[in-house]
Amino acid sequence: MSTSTKAVRSPRSRGGRAAHPFLRYALRRVLTSLLLVVGVTLVTFVLTNLVPGDPVAAALGQRAAEDPAIVAQFRATYGLDQPLVVQYFTYLGNLLHGDLGVSTTTHNPVVDDLAKALPATLEIAFGAIVLSVIIGVVLGTIAAYRRGKASDHVLRVVSLAGLSVPTFWLALVLYYVFYFQLHIAPGSGRLSSDFTTPPTVTGLYTVDALLAGQLDTFLDAASHLFLPVLVLTLYTVGLLTRFVRTAVLEILDQDYVRAARAKGLPTRTVIFSYVLRGASIPILTVVGLAFGSLLSGTVLVEAIFAWPGIGSYAYQAASHLDLPGIMGVGLLIGVMYLLVNLIVDLLYGVLDPRVRLAS
Amino acid sequence: MTDALTISELRIRTRSHPIVDGIDLALRRGGIHGLAGESGSGKTMTALAVLGLLPGSMTASGSIRLADDTSAGVTTGGSAGGSAGGSIELVGASRQVLGAVRGRRVAMVFQDPSTSLHPQLTVGRQLTDHLRHHLGLGKAAARSKAEALLERVRVPDARASLARYPHQFSGGQRQRIAIAVALACDPSVLLADEPTTALDVTVQAGVLQLLRELVDDGGLSILLVTHDLGVMSAVADEVTVMRQGLVVESAPREQLFTAPQDAYTRSLLAALPGSSFEESPEELVEELVEGREGAAGSGGSDAPVAASDHDVEGGAR
Amino acid sequence: MTDARTTRPDPRDGAPAGPRDGVGAGMLDPVSTAGPRWRRPRLRLGRWSAPLGLFGAAVGVLWILVAVLAPVIAPHDPLAQDLPILQAPGEGTLMGTDALGRDVFSRVIWGARVTIPLALLLVVMSVLIGAVVGAIAGFFGRAVDEVAMRVTDLVMAFPTVILAMVIAAALGASLLNAVLAALIVSWPAYARLTRGLVLGLRSSNYVVSGQLLGFSPLRSLGRDIAPNIVGPVLVLASLDIGTAILLLSGLSFLGLGAKPPTAEWGSMVSDAIQNFDAWWIGVFPGLAILTVVIAFNFVGDALRDALDPKSQTIRGGGTTL
Repeated sequence: MSTSTKAVRSPRSRGGRAAHPFLRYALRRVLTSLLLVVGVTLVTFVLTNLVPGDPVAAALGQRAAEDPAIVAQFRATYGLDQPLVVQYFTYLGNLLHGDLGVSTTTHNPVVDDLAKALPATLEIAFGAIVLSVIIGVVLGTIAAYRRGKASDHVLRVVSLAGLSVPTFWLALVLYYVFYFQLHIAPGSGRLSSDFTTPPTVTGLYTVDALLAGQLDTFLDAASHLFLPVLVLTLYTVGLLTRFVRTAVLEILDQDYVRAARAKGLPTRTVIFSYVLRGASIPILTVVGLAFGSLLSGTVLVEAIFAWPGIGSYAYQAASHLDLPGIMGVGLLIGVMYLLVNLIVDLLYGVLDPRVRLAS
Repeated sequence: MTDALTISELRIRTRSHPIVDGIDLALRRGGIHGLAGESGSGKTMTALAVLGLLPGSMTASGSIRLADDTSAGVTTGGSAGGSAGGSIELVGASRQVLGAVRGRRVAMVFQDPSTSLHPQLTVGRQLTDHLRHHLGLGKAAARSKAEALLERVRVPDARASLARYPHQFSGGQRQRIAIAVALACDPSVLLADEPTTALDVTVQAGVLQLLRELVDDGGLSILLVTHDLGVMSAVADEVTVMRQGLVVESAPREQLFTAPQDAYTRSLLAALPGSSFEESPEELVEELVEGREGAAGSGGSDAPVAASDHDVEGGAR
Repeated sequence: MTDARTTRPDPRDGAPAGPRDGVGAGMLDPVSTAGPRWRRPRLRLGRWSAPLGLFGAAVGVLWILVAVLAPVIAPHDPLAQDLPILQAPGEGTLMGTDALGRDVFSRVIWGARVTIPLALLLVVMSVLIGAVVGAIAGFFGRAVDEVAMRVTDLVMAFPTVILAMVIAAALGASLLNAVLAALIVSWPAYARLTRGLVLGLRSSNYVVSGQLLGFSPLRSLGRDIAPNIVGPVLVLASLDIGTAILLLSGLSFLGLGAKPPTAEWGSMVSDAIQNFDAWWIGVFPGLAILTVVIAFNFVGDALRDALDPKSQTIRGGGTTL
């Protein structure tokens, strides 16, 4: 585990300074994350300025780019004649003001586009992560308990096959089968055309509809969620199942599990209070990883369902080589991923008293 | 007097080869029975077989009978099915029977308390969950019993300790806590698997002395599994020596240490530190026994009684 | 076996295999009891993983054959737009035709020539770069280590597909740039793995005793350490071929890899978005990706079983107290 549990042997009694070590730990994690955020901006900055195609030509069009005077003026206006370091700080300053540039496909500020798309992506991402964690933990625990038995091998093959499926293709197939052939699934988008968007509170249509008491809108939004969430869940559940199996196997071999069984506790108590609690930290780590692959998945999946989120935006931007748009997506997802990993790190402290409390 | 636990013709085997090859052992009520032997001799598996906790790859046959104290009127239900002629058969016992025996009638202490206590659960939780399960105690009653248990094993500041986590205690205290966990439901048999091996030499004696006291207070019998004959000579009443799944010798302590019959036992004794066994076995053993007894009887100090954690397995660790 | 299980964490745990070097193992063993002992990697294939691995290998070889023999097998020119458009499978062609009147079957066959070699190249390159950087960082430590690890931190701060997408977009859409982008995101995993293994082995007693005997650092690295790293790296690499194929075809699906009219599986699936009713346009290339990836993953999984002692005897490290 990445957490450092430097235990000091101290038989003396401890006072009420229990929060102290955790605060120090939390502060360190937050600082590390902030450094990485700076790193992420550095990556997008370097990539933006490394474009083989001249950004001037891209912005002005070929004809204007042939006029040296116009080019020079353009470069001065956008600070492109400054040293790279200065440009980077200008870039950072712009970021802090929420300026991610203007999309060359939609001609809107990238920030506005992303802000509009984010709730749609969060809605399927939340759905998929919750569903795949539940399924993954259950299946992984079963596989570990039945190690070497037929069900273990079946789960292993199935999860490996699940990891092998190209997500974008699975989305296409399921959409074709459930929509075009069976007419079970609703069409693309977040709502059917005869529904109006529920009053925006969270931006998540299902939640907003419930808050507004519009049950039929909720049902319609939920039915639109079904296929994208299913595809993303299938994408991450294989990963989770395999990791949970390994983590639980490792815990099953621990003396404290043997000790719990020797105490005569019912199997249910042993699994939930001892085994899963012990495995919770590695499982949490994988959930963080799974969230990353899920964000990747949205980019490959949303376009197929015409789901108006970050993924569709990225797909559109990528196919038009809309660099500001792509960098905006990269930056946003990079920061979201860091945030998730920070939360995971902080949860370690909650779950593990050795991180939370001094010895 | 009947025996607390009677093992006869116990065989444990994996699919391919035997681990324990037909052993007999009687654990006298109110005594400490040492089970000695090298790594892989099958002694730990014997202990696990008593609780029906063998790894899935192993099977046990033969008989392990636990004297039935149900007349004391503490347990109900569960044991009835396996009860026959005043004892319960544990080999091949049903899940219900084992569930009622484990932790309630037969408890176990493991080698390393830093791995046998759950790092993420408070000491109080680990002391009370089986207490509440087996005895049906309420939260408050279980807590006060847990506190009393910690006091009995002499963990300082018992009440506050309930809210702490295992990593906040020293190794010796942790093993005392593990013993308290095992004793929570007043079991009649305690299986102690190398209970001092992972501890600092200086605290080993204290833990051994605690085990001795618990037996002498009455009601408890201990099967003490260890490779360390020094430990045996300090606390065991009887000693059984195992090798390669077979019992090579079983005798009262005095006799085993002064007049070992089997060549293997003699070689183990010769391996004890400072041994000059080959020249004058009697002298050496007397020295050993006296040294250990004197210190063990001398009271609460955590003096290095078991003079060494020297390992008869020849430095395997 | 019974008692060893409950002892303190085995120092061997850090090192997946023992030294292959006679000097390290045999001669010095009595002195260096804590050092990893040479254990022959027993090829203990599970009852199920062996047949699955063989099945995977068979399918993989089949696909490689298809790639090699594509000009012979394919009934049509994969780029020729000379067939009726959007023809369903069975109506003259095996897998139908696409919106431009090209034969889907032939394009799937020719697609094997694009993705499979590139994925293999990608994995080989990532292993080489990652292993060299990781070994240097782990063995010499200090500044090199610091820099290398911060770079891997940076790469790993992004989800892989996202970073690859961003890089590929910045470099400009082409198959070569997609491979380059994929390479940039995939070598750090090998660098981390190698570094960790080297770090563990460097301080192990048999390497230290080798150095006491006067062996040069390069000899230690090459003869004492390298053989013990091959296994785990090989396992990771074999499981990574499938990931590489998914990543490359994913980038092409996004329009950041193969350019039209190249017959590439990912972009063929992407073509299908414009023609939802003509299911065959997307389904067959996707099936091709699926079968190739499954094949390599089965092989990798079986290899892991066979080479990685950890997957057989998983031990808990216990608490650190």
